[in-house]
Amino acid sequence: MTALQEAAPRDPRDPRDAAAPVSGRREALHFALRNGKLLAGAGVVLVLLLLGLIGPLTIDAPPNEYVGPPMQGPSPEYWFGTTTFGQDVFAQFVYGLRTTFAAGLLGGVVASLIGMVVGFLAGFRGGLLDEILNMLTNIVLVIPTLAVLLIINAYLGIRSVAAQAIFIGLTSWPWAARAIRAQTFSLRGRDFVDLARLSGSNTWKIITREIAPNMSSYLLLTFILLFGNSILIASSLDFIGLGPTEGVSLGLMLQNASQWSAMQLGMWWWFIPPGAGITAIVGALYVANVGLDEVFNPKLRET
Amino acid sequence: MSLRVSDLKVHYRTLRGDVRALDGVSFELGDAEILGLAGESGCGKTTLGKSLIRMDGRMRHVGGTVELDGTELPIGDDRRMNDFRFHEVSLVPQYSMSALNPTRKIGKMVGELLRSRGVTPDTAKLLGRLDAVGLPHEVLDRYPIELSGGMKQRMVMVVSTLLDPSLLIADEVTSALDVSTQKAVAKALAGFRDDGFVKSMIFITHDISLTYQIADTIMVMYAGKLAEKAPARTIVEAPRHPYTRMLIDSLPEVGVRHTDRRLSGIAGSPPSLLDPPAGCRFRDRCPLAFDRCAEEPPAAEVAPGHFVACWKA
Amino acid sequence: MRRYFGRKLLVYGLTFVVAVTVNWMIPRFMPGDPVAGMVARANVSQPAAVEAMKQYYTGLFGFDQPLWRQYLNFWGALLHGDFGISIWVFPTPVSDVIMGAVPYTLGLMIPSVLLSWVVGNRLGAYAARRKLMDNTVLPIGYVLTAMPYMWLAVLLAWGLGVVAGLFPIAGGYSFSMQPNWSAEFLLDLLHHWALPFASLFLVALGGWAIGMRNMIIYELESDYSTYLAALGAPHRLIRRYAFRNAVLPQITGLALQLGVLVAGALVTEIVFSYPGLGSLILKAIQNQDFFLLQGTFMFIVLGVLAANFIIDIVYVVVDPRTRAGMAGAQA
Repeated sequence: MTALQEAAPRDPRDPRDAAAPVSGRREALHFALRNGKLLAGAGVVLVLLLLGLIGPLTIDAPPNEYVGPPMQGPSPEYWFGTTTFGQDVFAQFVYGLRTTFAAGLLGGVVASLIGMVVGFLAGFRGGLLDEILNMLTNIVLVIPTLAVLLIINAYLGIRSVAAQAIFIGLTSWPWAARAIRAQTFSLRGRDFVDLARLSGSNTWKIITREIAPNMSSYLLLTFILLFGNSILIASSLDFIGLGPTEGVSLGLMLQNASQWSAMQLGMWWWFIPPGAGITAIVGALYVANVGLDEVFNPKLRET
Repeated sequence: MSLRVSDLKVHYRTLRGDVRALDGVSFELGDAEILGLAGESGCGKTTLGKSLIRMDGRMRHVGGTVELDGTELPIGDDRRMNDFRFHEVSLVPQYSMSALNPTRKIGKMVGELLRSRGVTPDTAKLLGRLDAVGLPHEVLDRYPIELSGGMKQRMVMVVSTLLDPSLLIADEVTSALDVSTQKAVAKALAGFRDDGFVKSMIFITHDISLTYQIADTIMVMYAGKLAEKAPARTIVEAPRHPYTRMLIDSLPEVGVRHTDRRLSGIAGSPPSLLDPPAGCRFRDRCPLAFDRCAEEPPAAEVAPGHFVACWKA
Repeated sequence: MRRYFGRKLLVYGLTFVVAVTVNWMIPRFMPGDPVAGMVARANVSQPAAVEAMKQYYTGLFGFDQPLWRQYLNFWGALLHGDFGISIWVFPTPVSDVIMGAVPYTLGLMIPSVLLSWVVGNRLGAYAARRKLMDNTVLPIGYVLTAMPYMWLAVLLAWGLGVVAGLFPIAGGYSFSMQPNWSAEFLLDLLHHWALPFASLFLVALGGWAIGMRNMIIYELESDYSTYLAALGAPHRLIRRYAFRNAVLPQITGLALQLGVLVAGALVTEIVFSYPGLGSLILKAIQNQDFFLLQGTFMFIVLGVLAANFIIDIVYVVVDPRTRAGMAGAQA
């Protein structure tokens, strides 16, 4: 059995198991390339990511520069129109995509790392350590994340994208830790883990060599959700006015549009692209996540 | 004749093609007979059990007929089959531990189930059945979580047989139990037949020694086909099919539980049922195989009630 | 039962302590001289306010005292309900300012959260295993749940408010009115409430519908459903059981989502300038009114803890297993 099959335990009554054992990884790829949800979701994310990476290279002026006539609707020259001050909305959008991806990625990575460390240790070691980590997880879980971030950002003046993302990561890991703990708990009793323990491997080795690889698909799914979650939190913070002071993000665009009465003035081109961008990224991540889940977990596949 | 299965073919649809889980199986089951159905995992015994009551979404009835008490069962038609379920054909599943709705009191659930099938609950009968398996009447007022594993098992047996079905399918009912309970459950099932709660029974298991204790007849399946079917004593004492022989030989001694892992005594593994080879399917693992095995052996009656699908039998 | 609630209360108690400690500690991490920094950053023109701020901060932080003393002082003030004086609406006590905003936030949140939960669950349960419904509910659900709360709010305000002119898009009631109990005022209140409510309701709806759909499918594939189907039980009964069992994790989900829902309410209020806690936070940030911000934070934490506890109680009432297990009745 390969890693992927172990992570999603198959029904032993499943006749396909008896029929033709195909390598798990190859099988996953086989289904991945045929899964519409995964392809569509990943496609949208990739296109937006590329736009965020390449788009800014084609734009000469900084995104907040007053380059054109104010309050212009979309035109061949300014694809997404201009703001009240004559900033190019398209330029802001592509730069904003970059920032938003960076915030989501960094926040997702930080949260995943903490969630993994806490989840693995609690699930694998059990006992008192589990009790303590569980308590910690529950506490952070109950505290409303955004409220804590408000206080932190307001006082400490967190104004860089990186710092913002790290603080988001520091507060949004609990459910991931919980889920990983539960998975680890169920793997802990498996033969191959017992074997590793008997052969004298230490905790760290068992976790990194035996447990983590066996739930790699699960960890990937968790990371994707944390990624999307970080984007949403970051954009909320930006919108409240606690975003990065330098540069531009999709959340900041929404904040500016709202602050300068874009909707009262009917400047739909100012507030629709950033919100649509966030929705598209996060929605595509969710859909890709469902697709991946189906790839890894045969029970969910359509029959 | 209670049940007559003729050339039954049931396939599993998969993305890689049809898996021929059941590839032309014929047998008969008499009134008041308990048939033990044995074989390795993936031999088609569970598929057979499911086909007789409710096929899951991936299963497809490809050919053959099933006749119960002279009426043909519409096994491929989920809707029409519903009339027979519970009333005529019933099931004790292998997942008895989790077969009861966890958030309903058992008595209430049974009442709702019966009424949903258009049956007025008969309290006296239900209580009588509880007595028969030694369950206190209070269980009806309990949630499943409050019952022990053995109690849940017995409760499911009572529920499944409440309408006195003609055929009861007991699918690996003992695999989740410890050895002492296994025997008690098997005996209780035999008692159901003796008391007339059910007319006949198919007892599916991978454990030949347990089957031997309650079954009148044992049918051994291999790779979606019947290998051998004979009275229980004959199968254990004088098996004719090489597969049955190796199966019996691989048991340390009768009465000792055999686990589900692939039999260590028989080298090799069963062929893929996605595209099974022509001829005898046991050929590759069979020590007696010869030229003729390239041709498929029919299930021949070598002695009264003793069917063997082997050229050397 | 006692053990279950004891544990829960311990977590909530500790959470409260952690929240208070964070609230106390963060200002101390502020770079530079906190008092001078805060007074400088709060560009207040009233000299009285500046003086009060200086005094309050010095008293509050008490830098001549040892840290543990400062910490205890902080708790003391908190337990007396003393959150300080608001800078933004000087010299109103922070607690009064918050109390004025809370009814609006609760009036917005409670109906939208409960309604979206109920309707979302129904919708999801209905969609599960029904091809046509599934193919519409699922994509719409994903789009809704992926939307930032403030964006849907902006879209609704623009579409139904500015373009169609059906609803007002700012405030809790018309500027020309004074709060009273007349039908006219209540209607006006309702009119202003409609869009923020709809916005919160819709975004949350998607998540609940998707969650319920997945849970129901899981339940429909569970052993008890398979068993009932094998005994020929009608779909109606099986679905009824499945729904009932699938609702339980959704209740837990509600507790887990509270933080997100509060965040959603805050930004939605900001879009509509709805006079609840969200607008208060915006004002506090814009005016560097740290007392108000900290008070609001404490209040939100308390509210979320209380809501969590209520959900715990509901869960025990709804799930017989927790009760059966807790009574220790093991046959």
